[in-house]
Amino acid sequence: MERKPYWNPYVAGVGLGLTMLVSFVVLGTGLGASGAIARGAAAVAHAAAPATLESNAYTGGWFADGSPLAHYLVFMAVGVLVGGFVSAATAGRVRPSVERGPRIGATGRIAFALTGGLLAGFASRMAGGCTSGLALSGMSAWIPGGWVFLVALFAAGFAVAPLVRKEWTS
Amino acid sequence: MTFFETGSLATPAAFVAAALIGLAFGFWLERAGFGSSRKLAGIFYLRDFAVVQVMFTAVVTALIGLFVLQSAGIATPASLFTMETTLGPQILGGAIFGAGFVVAGWCPGTALVGAASGKLDAVAFLLAAGVGSLGYAAIYGKLADFNTVGACGAITLPEVLGVPIGVLTAAVLFMALVMFAVIARIERARSTEVPA
Repeated sequence: MERKPYWNPYVAGVGLGLTMLVSFVVLGTGLGASGAIARGAAAVAHAAAPATLESNAYTGGWFADGSPLAHYLVFMAVGVLVGGFVSAATAGRVRPSVERGPRIGATGRIAFALTGGLLAGFASRMAGGCTSGLALSGMSAWIPGGWVFLVALFAAGFAVAPLVRKEWTS
Repeated sequence: MTFFETGSLATPAAFVAAALIGLAFGFWLERAGFGSSRKLAGIFYLRDFAVVQVMFTAVVTALIGLFVLQSAGIATPASLFTMETTLGPQILGGAIFGAGFVVAGWCPGTALVGAASGKLDAVAFLLAAGVGSLGYAAIYGKLADFNTVGACGAITLPEVLGVPIGVLTAAVLFMALVMFAVIARIERARSTEVPA
């Protein structure tokens, strides 16, 4: 299938904003993604070291009421995977690949993705959310923490960007 | 009445609702082009402005919608979960997160969409983000003092600033429109440049 262009960012923004509004009105909370990743990781680690996860001050509560996966954010993340796949598939954009600029190899790019993932996963737990759950949702609900998080995110992002330029550009 | 308000976010009905909302969330992220790490990282080099355009359009749309619904009495502040603001961890967390975002080219939500599009770097990001989350859990016990730095509780900006929500909404809309106009100027200037 031919690869179709992305939609206008303002159209996609209105769609995303209305989705957020529905979430506010139906669930009473915003959108989120990092919580599901943390819970998924805890569920996997639990298979190897149940006592460690159950006695941990941060993850213990997730196991006290059953499975850490029995949480609305986990179901939302499954929805995101499916919705993302449907959109990509119907636009001819599903293709196994390692996305990178011409100056970096696939292995190097994966190493950067792993490094960034470690940082972002750690930081999302420290801040109590990510770009979705804290920035986007928090800002839309007038939470000061969401606005502060976004400012810190962009300040650090712009500061670090020159160091990793070779990942993306020629 | 929201699932949050009735304390029923952990019920099968809420899980189904969350999955359907996630479906739309993932769809819009992918349509915006956020299944591409190069496009996402582009904002940090002022090469591609979609991240700012989509994000602020979404925020303004939700803010206006919430203002209208609350004015009409359809939504109440009590029906909406108010996340706590804790400036210390949210500023340091935001900074570490921003570094991770540009190094990886992904954030958690977009990486889910990237993985669904077949991007192996997104899969790597998600696995590492899981490990990073567990790393935080491992040192969580030692962060008790830090996690209270700048603790403000469950506050909102209209409360803190003492400004009516309608006025604040109009202010954010104005700020967003100025930003969009600047982006349009930059893009117009670039499109008329002769490629080197």
